[in-house]
Amino acid sequence: MKAKFMMAAGAFALSASTAFANTLVYCSEGSPEGFDPALFTAGTTFDASSHPIYNRLVEFETGTTNVIPGLAESYEASDDGLEYTFKLRQGVKFHSSDAFTPSRDFNADDVIFSFERQRLDGHPYNKVSGGTWEYFDGMSMPDLVKEIVKIDDHTVKFVLSRPEAPFVANMAMDFASILSAEYGEAMLAAGTPEMLNGAPIGTGPFSFVAYQKDAVIRYQANADYWKEKAGIDNLIFAITPDASVRYQKLRAGECHVMPYPNPADVAAMKEDSNVNVMEQEGLNVGYLAYNTTMAPFDNPAVRKALNMAIDKQAIIDVVFQGSGQIAKNPIPPTMWSYNQAIEDDAYNPEMAKQMLAEAGVSDLDMKIWAMPVQRPYNPNARRMAELIQEDYSKIGVNVEIVSYEWGEYLSRSKEKNRDGAVLLGWTGDNGDPDNFLAVLLGCDGVEASNRAQWCHQPFDDVIQKAKVVTDTAERTKLYEEAQTIFKEQAPWATIAHSVVYMPMSNKVQGYKVHPLGGHIFYGVTVE
Amino acid sequence: MFGYLLTRLLTFVPTFIGVTLISFAFIRVLPGDPIIVMAGERGMSEERYQEMVVKLGFDKPVWEQYTDYLVGVMQGDLGQSFVTKKPVWDEFFSLFPATLELSICAMIFAMALGLPAGVIAAVNRGKFFDRFLMSTALVGYSMPIFWWALLMIIVFSGNLGWTPVSGRIDLLYFFDSVTGFMLIDSLLSGQAGAFKSAARHLILPTIVLGTIPLAVIARQTRSAMLEVLGEDYIRTAKAKGLSPLRINGIHALRNALIPVITVIGLMVGSLMAGAILTETIFSWPGIGKWMVDSIFRRDYPVVQGGLLLIAVMVMIVNLTVDLLYGVINPKIRKR
Repeated sequence: MKAKFMMAAGAFALSASTAFANTLVYCSEGSPEGFDPALFTAGTTFDASSHPIYNRLVEFETGTTNVIPGLAESYEASDDGLEYTFKLRQGVKFHSSDAFTPSRDFNADDVIFSFERQRLDGHPYNKVSGGTWEYFDGMSMPDLVKEIVKIDDHTVKFVLSRPEAPFVANMAMDFASILSAEYGEAMLAAGTPEMLNGAPIGTGPFSFVAYQKDAVIRYQANADYWKEKAGIDNLIFAITPDASVRYQKLRAGECHVMPYPNPADVAAMKEDSNVNVMEQEGLNVGYLAYNTTMAPFDNPAVRKALNMAIDKQAIIDVVFQGSGQIAKNPIPPTMWSYNQAIEDDAYNPEMAKQMLAEAGVSDLDMKIWAMPVQRPYNPNARRMAELIQEDYSKIGVNVEIVSYEWGEYLSRSKEKNRDGAVLLGWTGDNGDPDNFLAVLLGCDGVEASNRAQWCHQPFDDVIQKAKVVTDTAERTKLYEEAQTIFKEQAPWATIAHSVVYMPMSNKVQGYKVHPLGGHIFYGVTVE
Repeated sequence: MFGYLLTRLLTFVPTFIGVTLISFAFIRVLPGDPIIVMAGERGMSEERYQEMVVKLGFDKPVWEQYTDYLVGVMQGDLGQSFVTKKPVWDEFFSLFPATLELSICAMIFAMALGLPAGVIAAVNRGKFFDRFLMSTALVGYSMPIFWWALLMIIVFSGNLGWTPVSGRIDLLYFFDSVTGFMLIDSLLSGQAGAFKSAARHLILPTIVLGTIPLAVIARQTRSAMLEVLGEDYIRTAKAKGLSPLRINGIHALRNALIPVITVIGLMVGSLMAGAILTETIFSWPGIGKWMVDSIFRRDYPVVQGGLLLIAVMVMIVNLTVDLLYGVINPKIRKR
């Protein structure tokens, strides 16, 4: 396999001057796990695979969570919401490499191949490269998709087992990237099926050229792209794990764009006239989930009182060093159906104390769980827990901070009889509110992703209804209502949404910060 | 000599099995289930979890997992990474040359400066040079690598612009990897300026990784030299009227080298520890960072396989060092 990689590399060995003309260098934060997005779950992998190399039937419009046509020109849902028919775009070409030259354009077979390999146990690709289809399984696609039917070469129908409105947004996710069935067959015949993950072929704006593990990934613009050709000829990912070093590379002109700066460096970056810092709220939420099945946290008034005792602004200043904003709802403000009208519980320790007394709670001892890892929605959980501990001590609540190794933390925090409130968070997958509200707060999530163990029937009814309605305006209303119920019941203290900073050279034009977290270079130019 | 080599090679077998056992046990003793870590906040259903347990072979008794692993190792199969799904063997050998190249350069740097510094300090015992060199060595030894590396980057790459910030070669150059050693590959590529670029990229990481060995070698050379300089044969050499260069450089240094070589051999292990930090900061695609990432992800096959391969490398280096004694001191060879 390595030898084939190198052949691909050789094909790109241009003279130094031409190779560097019109090139964008992105100092990425880590190495991709591979190049077949359906096998993996990390954003770093998607940046290097699904965004540059592949397309999906429908796609997220860069910079928004709106779903727009991709390889499907249009789609239609049946009235009962059980069938989605996609009309495929014609004349779309797959990339070529030394190992493969496509003999035909993209068609329905490629769509069927891309999904059936994840869905069907007996498919020749189901077990290739480890065969763990985490996102496909995680989004409940095996239960949801009953059948995929090829109507003709340019029409595909998905038959669902139940109506589910977020299905269309799921089809825009990375795991739904469309691979070439012909390439799959060729590699199977050659005895190297893992090449799909190692030397990817897609229809996207950039074709893969070479990957030197943990060092550099190279792409070149796809001259036959079905949309306008990319504004840059070459795209290079220079893998640079340390944030301070990324910044130095940006300063030295060794890269044009860098993700995830150190919060402490952002102020200096903003003052640098050669650097342009773009920012946007991340599609995430950091929260403190009470165990709502245990007294006294089963009483909404107690939870509400505890929420009012937390000085969130102090957390934003200290833990996020400014790169965060206070969360009042369980979904982030960039998401459609975000309920602006809701008022956050104001920070008021006096009132909180009084409310606790009214609820008959005194001398409360509780545990707060602090995550052992850093996440955008919580850069320092231990520090956050300490701040909350201090806030709670002011209302007479005594807090013990506990922590476990990450794997242990995740599994123990799911237990229904867990002792204490858990700090955790979530980053959205598909821009659909269902992906937050149902996953994190629905009754189905109890003893799983619903860390508050909160099953409140009126709330659950609303989100279940919103799941099957296809009209977005109606869904918006339902989700707004769900957020109102959430706020009254307060199963969590919603703490913060991160703010994502993207520093880049001021030579870079046209970059859009994507709310779903991906880094996308189609549509970008370099002066 | 041949008999000695054979005896040494035979002692490899129990050490090798011991290492497989320790590396196998080590990662399993750490808390944290690799499947749960893999799933992250998203989690997975109990059914799916059980499926993964079977797929990864965790349903078998531990002793059976170990024997499967050992049989695989004997057949040259170190397993597949849980994360990248690629053979551990392939990953190791695509990254190892980078670590080796950097380590060799760092050792050459450390020896080239450390040996003369130690000799000069010993000859000038108690004088300014001695105090200056030894206190500098102490500072070098105490330097936190992370801080030292960032400082070097900010000063020499960021502010002065003399050296590249990180990586192995300018992105401008692109050629097939033949040996994995960038210095050699850049020469083979025939591209103008490639070798110079590769060499420039090596400067800062070499200095950073070589700093601690440099300090250790300088201090060890000094104390070994001091011991040798008091010997009778040195007095004889002086009485014979040999030049100081000949006395210090040949008679004394050669005899002082044995403990220094021992220290260098032992330092290969600690060089690996330094390589982890150096590689992370300089975005150097070597095995140090690869191992650390794998430990955090509980990527069992990579941790087991990586540790085993590193242990074998260290064993080979130590064997080479032992054989070198004989080259330096014929008396040891005869024993």
